[in-house]
Amino acid sequence: MAVNDTLDGTHKIVEEARDQHFGLNVPMLNDFSQELTTLNLGPTHPATHGIFQNILQMDGERIVSGVPTIGYIHRAFEKIAERRPFYQITPLTDRMNYCSSPINNMGWHMTVEKLLGVTVPKRAQYMRVIMMELARIADHLVCNGILGVDTGAFTGFLYVFEERENIYEIYEEVCGSRLTTNMGRVGGMERDFSPVAIQKLRTWLKRFPDVMREFEKLFNRNRIFMDRTIDVGGITAEKALNYGFTGPNLRATGVDYDVRAMNPYSSYEDFDFEIPVGTKGDTYDRYLVRNAEIWQSLRIIEQALENLPEGPFHADAPHYYLPPKQAVYKNMEALIYHFKIIMGEIDAPVGEVYHSVEGGNGELGFYLISDGGRTPYRLHFRRPCFIYYQAYPEMVVGQSLSDAILTLSSMNVIAGELDA
Amino acid sequence: MADPIEESAAAQATAVAQEDPNKLTNAKVLARLQELFGADTFTDVEEPYGLLTATTTRERIHEIVQTLAGEEELKMHFLTTMCGVHFPEDEGKELSMVYHLHSLVNNVRLRLKIFFPIADPVVPTLTDIYATANWMEREAYDFYGIIFQGHPNLIRILNVEDMDYHPMRREYPLEDGTREDKTDLFFGR
Repeated sequence: MAVNDTLDGTHKIVEEARDQHFGLNVPMLNDFSQELTTLNLGPTHPATHGIFQNILQMDGERIVSGVPTIGYIHRAFEKIAERRPFYQITPLTDRMNYCSSPINNMGWHMTVEKLLGVTVPKRAQYMRVIMMELARIADHLVCNGILGVDTGAFTGFLYVFEERENIYEIYEEVCGSRLTTNMGRVGGMERDFSPVAIQKLRTWLKRFPDVMREFEKLFNRNRIFMDRTIDVGGITAEKALNYGFTGPNLRATGVDYDVRAMNPYSSYEDFDFEIPVGTKGDTYDRYLVRNAEIWQSLRIIEQALENLPEGPFHADAPHYYLPPKQAVYKNMEALIYHFKIIMGEIDAPVGEVYHSVEGGNGELGFYLISDGGRTPYRLHFRRPCFIYYQAYPEMVVGQSLSDAILTLSSMNVIAGELDA
Repeated sequence: MADPIEESAAAQATAVAQEDPNKLTNAKVLARLQELFGADTFTDVEEPYGLLTATTTRERIHEIVQTLAGEEELKMHFLTTMCGVHFPEDEGKELSMVYHLHSLVNNVRLRLKIFFPIADPVVPTLTDIYATANWMEREAYDFYGIIFQGHPNLIRILNVEDMDYHPMRREYPLEDGTREDKTDLFFGR
C-alpha cells in the first residue's frame, strides 16, 4: 500500500516535470493496465552515438511509439553566421557533420564562390574532389563500422577505424588538422599538396582496398549480420521522398538521386563513377549502398590523382583570397589585401544563392542571402540529418528495441548536423 | 593522356550542341506556373544564379505547393528545404518564408517566397503535403515565431521549451550588448 502510494507520487512528479519541460502530451506514466513501458533512449545512451533522446513506448520488447527530442547540442550556427565574415563561417561548418568536415567546408566555399563569381582552377577542383571523397569514405567507414558494433561485432569497426586514422593523417598533411579540418579557403585550397601528402595518399590507396575487401568479407554474407539487418528499419521510396531523404538512405530505397551526378560541382562531371542503389531501403541495403559508395569514391580519387592538372591551387581573386603570409610582410599590395580581407572592408555582391553538395548523409545545402556586407544577412543550412531523422519514429514502430538501435546507426544520424 | 582541361571543355561544347530541346528551362517552368495559377500570382520573378525565384502570397502558397506535388509536367515533387527570414525594415512584410522545391526528374529547382507582417505571423502548414515539412516548420517557429496553421505539433525543436522569445529575429544581438571590453567601434558593423 505504502509502496504503491510512493510509486504513484513519483510518477506524478515525473509526469508533471516532463510536461513542464517539454510541453509534450505523450503519456509518461507507466500504464500498467495496458502494460506499456516508457523507455528513455538517450540523451546520453551509448548506442545512440550522439546526444539526442527518444522517448519510446514499449509493449514488452516491441516499440509502440517514439518521440524524438533533439537540440541537446544546438549551437545556434545560423545566428552566429550572421555576425561572422565568410571565411570565419568555415569552422562552423566543420562542426556540423564532424565525420566528414571537408565536404562541409568545401560546400560552403563553393557557395561563397558562386556568390562572388569566382572560378576555381582545375587543379584546386581536383584537389577538393580528392579530399571530399576521402571524407566520404571516412564517414561511411564510421557508419558501417559502428553498425557492426551494434550487431555485436567489434572487430570490423576496429579494423576500419585504423584506415580512418590514416585518412586523418592525410588531412593533417594537407591542412594541419584532423577532425574539424577548416580545410581550404574561399577561392581554392590554402596550400598545394605536399610531396608527403601525395605519397601518403598513394600508400593509402594501395593499402585500403585489401582492408575494405576483408571488412566486406566479415559482414556482407555473415549470417548473423544478415539476420539482424535484413528487413529491419525499411522505408519505401515514396515515403523516403516525402520525408525529404537524400544521400545513401534515399539511394538504399532505389532512388538514384546524387547531387554529384545531377548538379555536378567541382568538376565531378570529369570522373567516371556509378551511383549504387538498393531495393528495399532497409538497414542491410543502407549498409551495402555505403560500402558500394566507398568503392566508387576510391575510383574517383584514383582518377583525380591520376589526372591531377598542373597549375595554381587557388583562384586569382586577391580581393577574397588571403595572400601568402611572407608576401604580406614584404609586399605592399599583399599587405593591403590582407588588411582589407581580415578587417572586412571587402564588399560582397548583393544577392541570394543556394548551393548544395553531396555530403556524407545526403544533400547538404547552403542558402545564403547577402546584403552586400561582410557577413551573410541570413544563412540557412539544409542539414540532411535533421530532415531525415524525423522519419525515425515511423521506421521503428513495431520493431524490437535492439532493431531500433540498428536502424538508428544505419541512418547515420550525426548529432552535430542534427542540431547545428 | 590528353589534357583534362581541354577534354572537359570539349565535352561541354558537345553537351551544349546536343542540348535536349525538351529540357525544362526556367522560362518553361515559369510559363507553366503562370498557366496553372494565373499570371498575377507571382511577383518579383528573378533568376539569381540560375535558380528561378518567385514571390507569392501566404494565401496561395499551400495551394501552389499542393498542386505542384501532384503535377506531372514539372514533377516538382521534392521539398528540399524551407526557412524563415526576418527583414525588420520592411513595414508590413517583416517576416518571410522561403521554400525550395526540386524536380528530381527534370532537375529544375524553384524557390518560392512569401512575405507577411510580424504582427500576424500565421501561414498555412505544408505538413499535410510533405511529412518533411514537420520539423522544418517547427524550426521556423522556434527561430522566428512563425505560426503554422494546422501543424500537428508546433512546439520548439532546437531551443529549450521555456524560452520566451524567438532568437533568430534580428532585434536579438548575438553578443551581450553591455560588454565594454569588446568594442566594434572601428571595424565591423
